Amino acid sequence: MLDSQLAPTGQAADQRMPILEFQEVSLEYEMHGRRMTILDRISFAVGRSQFVSLVGPSGCGKTTLLRMVSGLLPVEKGTVYFQGQPIRGPLKSVGIAFQNPVLLPWRNTLQNVLLPLEVVQPHKRQFQEKRDRYTKAAQDLLRTVGLANFQKHYPWQLSGGMRQRASLCRALIHQPEVLLLDEPFGALDAFTREEMWEMLQALWQQTKCTAMLVTHDLREALFLSDVIYVLSPRPSNIALELKVNLPRPRTLEMCFTDEFHHLFTELRKHIHRN
Amino acid sequence: MEKFLKSKSANYVLPIAATVVLLVLWELVVRLFKIPEFVLPAPSAILAAWSAWSGVVIQNSWVTLSNTLMGFAIALVTGLLLGFLIGYSKVAYTTLYPLLVGFNTIPKVALVPLLAIWFGIGTIPAVLTAFLLAFFTIAVNVALGLATVELEMQDVLKALGATKVEIFQKVGFPHSLPYLFASLKIAISQAFIGSVISETVASNKGLGYLIVSASSTFDIPLAFLCLIVLAIMGMVLYGICVAVEQRTVHWVR
Repeated sequence: MLDSQLAPTGQAADQRMPILEFQEVSLEYEMHGRRMTILDRISFAVGRSQFVSLVGPSGCGKTTLLRMVSGLLPVEKGTVYFQGQPIRGPLKSVGIAFQNPVLLPWRNTLQNVLLPLEVVQPHKRQFQEKRDRYTKAAQDLLRTVGLANFQKHYPWQLSGGMRQRASLCRALIHQPEVLLLDEPFGALDAFTREEMWEMLQALWQQTKCTAMLVTHDLREALFLSDVIYVLSPRPSNIALELKVNLPRPRTLEMCFTDEFHHLFTELRKHIHRN
Repeated sequence: MEKFLKSKSANYVLPIAATVVLLVLWELVVRLFKIPEFVLPAPSAILAAWSAWSGVVIQNSWVTLSNTLMGFAIALVTGLLLGFLIGYSKVAYTTLYPLLVGFNTIPKVALVPLLAIWFGIGTIPAVLTAFLLAFFTIAVNVALGLATVELEMQDVLKALGATKVEIFQKVGFPHSLPYLFASLKIAISQAFIGSVISETVASNKGLGYLIVSASSTFDIPLAFLCLIVLAIMGMVLYGICVAVEQRTVHWVR
């Protein structure tokens, strides 16, 4: 929908241009009087509608990269481009979900999902007028994630998995082109997590957004991604770029195939602790 | 029995039963030991005072109630504004907080004579004392509510490009509501204490004044009657605040 407005030159050219590009991105900061390098000249590009994961040891700066895309953290060294433009602040075409679902406790599920539309233009301007349409869009999303019957429930009435699903709906309601996921399922139990993978895959295929996932779970990364970047310990750089060519939609049975296992071993080999 | 203790009606039956037992014991002790009325009047004597003085007591109760509510209302507005200010602005917090703490430690009863000199006796010092006792609790709680907003909650809005005003509207303000309402039930009691204190020192109206004047004429049953009315009024005001709290911030768990 937005593509056509931003790229009148044609779909094909637009498809080939990376939607996100990291160019020589570094991050240093001072701790106890010592200068620490967290990220060391990281460069990679993410194609439109791709699902990309970042994995690596704790403290290697995965979340930092995500925060740079969201505009929550300024990029001091190097540049992050969104559709060819350097990112200098929050972008309305980015949706974000954290490990903690951070739903607003005073809003019910539906109201929580609608929140971005009350803030992001042009929806904010049209919110009163198009309220019914927005509500319907939110209800459609909630139905996709199996929360159709929980619209009027408050966060304290939902389970951890349900809250996270609502949080994903909120991240997607304003039809962002980039979906950022910071360990969104990290706090869930193993079985719920696997359910969430399938649900997230369905949402991603439905919305055709570009997704960038930070995770510690290698199976999760393999299940969901087109490309996985393994970051090395500090000062981090990209240790491995792994393309995952498993067919879509992926199923949990695929996790038990030799091919999946082979990729898993390859990935694990490249992860080293700090 | 166990089933009754867990039921809702136990919440009403048990305290009422305890009150009745207390009153009966009180009556018995006063009669058995022949305690003179000007030391400790029996409940029956207090009841007799009610039939003699009910008009006066009700009239003065209204005065106390209106003083309390006016002081509380001013404290609410001031407390909210101050709370938002020191909760949001680091500079305002650093500058004002020590002053507020210092001011709050002054026993407010010590201010009443000054207030009486500035404003005369009666309503104004009572309202002001009520306000002075109550606003600090509200301000500190509202500030705390703003200061404890989870960073991630703000990040959700910041990542959408929300302005500071929007973040306040959507997150800061609703987040501070439970803190505000928790402080209201304490603040209303403080306002109540403030107005009664001021009435005892600098007024010719109100329950506080009535207690002092009854004591000075050794009409102890009337003084006790005033105390009981005060207790009931205090409980009702507190109860209203709790009810409002439960309705407005039902989402807190």
